[in-house]
Amino acid sequence: MRLIRRFEERCIDLVRSGDIGSGIHPCIGQEGVAAGLCAALRPDDALLSNHRGHGHFLARGSDPGRFLAELTGRVGGIDSGRAGSFHPSDLSAGIWGASGTVGHGAAIATGLGWALARDGDRVAVSVFGDGAVTQGALLESFNLASLWQVPVVFVCENNGYATTLPAPAGIAGSVVGRAEAFGIPASTVDGQDPEVVFDAMAAAVDRARGGGGPSLLEFTTYRFEGHHTFERRMRLAYRDDDEVARWRERDPLAIQAARVPADVRDAIDAEVEEVLDAAVRFALESPRPDPADAFDHLYATPVRLRGSLFGGLGAAAALDGAGRIFR
Amino acid sequence: MPKMSYSKALNRALTDEMERDPDVFVLGEDIKFALNSVTTGLLDRFPDRVLETPLSEQGFTNFATGAAMGGKRPVVEYQIPFLLLLVLEQISNQANKFRLMSAGQVKVPVTYLLPGTGWRPGWGAQHSDQPYGVFAHLGVKTVIPATPADAYGLFLSAIRDDDPVVVFCPMPALNLREDVSYADLAPIPLGVGRVCRSGADVTVLAVGHLVHEAMAVAEELAGEVSVEVFDPRSLHPFDWAGLAASVERTGRLVVFDDGNRFCGVGAEVLATAAEEMRLLAPPKRVTRPDAAVVVGCAPELDLAVQPSRAQLVAAIQAVVKS
Repeated sequence: MRLIRRFEERCIDLVRSGDIGSGIHPCIGQEGVAAGLCAALRPDDALLSNHRGHGHFLARGSDPGRFLAELTGRVGGIDSGRAGSFHPSDLSAGIWGASGTVGHGAAIATGLGWALARDGDRVAVSVFGDGAVTQGALLESFNLASLWQVPVVFVCENNGYATTLPAPAGIAGSVVGRAEAFGIPASTVDGQDPEVVFDAMAAAVDRARGGGGPSLLEFTTYRFEGHHTFERRMRLAYRDDDEVARWRERDPLAIQAARVPADVRDAIDAEVEEVLDAAVRFALESPRPDPADAFDHLYATPVRLRGSLFGGLGAAAALDGAGRIFR
Repeated sequence: MPKMSYSKALNRALTDEMERDPDVFVLGEDIKFALNSVTTGLLDRFPDRVLETPLSEQGFTNFATGAAMGGKRPVVEYQIPFLLLLVLEQISNQANKFRLMSAGQVKVPVTYLLPGTGWRPGWGAQHSDQPYGVFAHLGVKTVIPATPADAYGLFLSAIRDDDPVVVFCPMPALNLREDVSYADLAPIPLGVGRVCRSGADVTVLAVGHLVHEAMAVAEELAGEVSVEVFDPRSLHPFDWAGLAASVERTGRLVVFDDGNRFCGVGAEVLATAAEEMRLLAPPKRVTRPDAAVVVGCAPELDLAVQPSRAQLVAAIQAVVKS
């Protein structure tokens, strides 16, 4: 959790300096969910993340340097600079991508879980926010997962807001009620305490692995920062300071720190700073991609694009002085 | 030599591929009862690889993406062309981008089969779309076989391809039959077109079932104009080299395309020909009209918007004379 918190604080610095051009969706305040749920997974289990996913990656063991290189659009990034903060994946850490359309990753995770279950006992996890539960596609995936008893755990990180829309203004009924309507066991759990998260998640994962089918966990949590770093400039006033202060009293880092001896805590904090110093160095020293590689990874079976036939594109010679593809 | 129908060719390709590769499975609505004959007999042979889905197109299209990422090779069957527009996001924004976004860590080998795209006489406005141009525009591999042998070969290649591929099978082509020896059936690579008929005066690039209409027109005009008929077979990737070679021979071009005119495949081919190929005369296209096509229940209205042989004849004559 300390790594996630400090990683994102470093990211915010890098957004300010312009090194992370896209900005980020900080999960500061939600670290307890990421840490608890990922600790309950086996390394070969599959997780599909969303746009607020940095915590999931780090909690699953993604390399902070390569992840930061991804966010800064460098060649050394986990996705060679193709994914940035929004759509990363890191299969070496068991994260199979982050769907760009809110809620739609749940059906992808359902298909993935179905496929994995045919060849073993791996479990798939879909993480989404409260904004996703108003997407019809999410309900379609609940239906399919329940019909076919797929080993998938649906995780809703309910941080109270879909960008600026308060959850009660967007969600009729309840989050758990949606899953229960499809015969999926569901419960609402405190997301600020990582050990409570872990226990709930471990039970859901065991159930899925044992052939019990899908379940849904709604973790109540809160983002201390805005929806996106752009909010630091915009000063949107959709929640009051008292509310933020109340939630800050339930900081997951403080809750867990109280359980850890002071010397261990200090050692962890020092190690985190060391790791992050090295990560920032690695990221910023990693080369920027060659514009001539813009078409790499587009297809598994490469397609001969029109320009290459008529000499318009494909080689370095096809780039103009500004590094734009010339055709 | 036995006659094989286009539908039977699709069924045979899927059966052969499921036999060969245990990772191939099929999902879709009403496929147990094989409404389109594509899945006939599969449930008996592969009971755990035929997934009958509820009416949840977005859900099961994304499900297929996930299953493909997990090592399977799903074939998704859709019964009506407009359903593909309901899942445009799932195909173009999810399935088709995962490889790029993951820098090659995952592959998404899904085949989307549409056995019945395009015109259904008298079925009305929501059943007769021809949306292949939309998918090609978005960079999704898009194929449209005209003959039974091509249906077999292109469908097989689509299933074996490691990227998402949409296979459009035009409604008017499904019952076509041709002499095919089973032994000669083979995969046909995507992006390789076919000269269906050689000619010297004009190239007619025809798409899908219109290949057969173009062949008939070419015969009809044989004494007057020597027409070369070129079938691209895939719209993305497109056989630009094959088309350029044909236009090099004839110097003239007419596109015969069942898509909408505005921003359609015909527009793209004409633009590329104008930019890149040596033409002796301005090219022409015969397509559906601009905008939402007013197909209706009344045969007069329905036929009025379909690209016709008469329009093709007029276009060929105009291009050859100019």
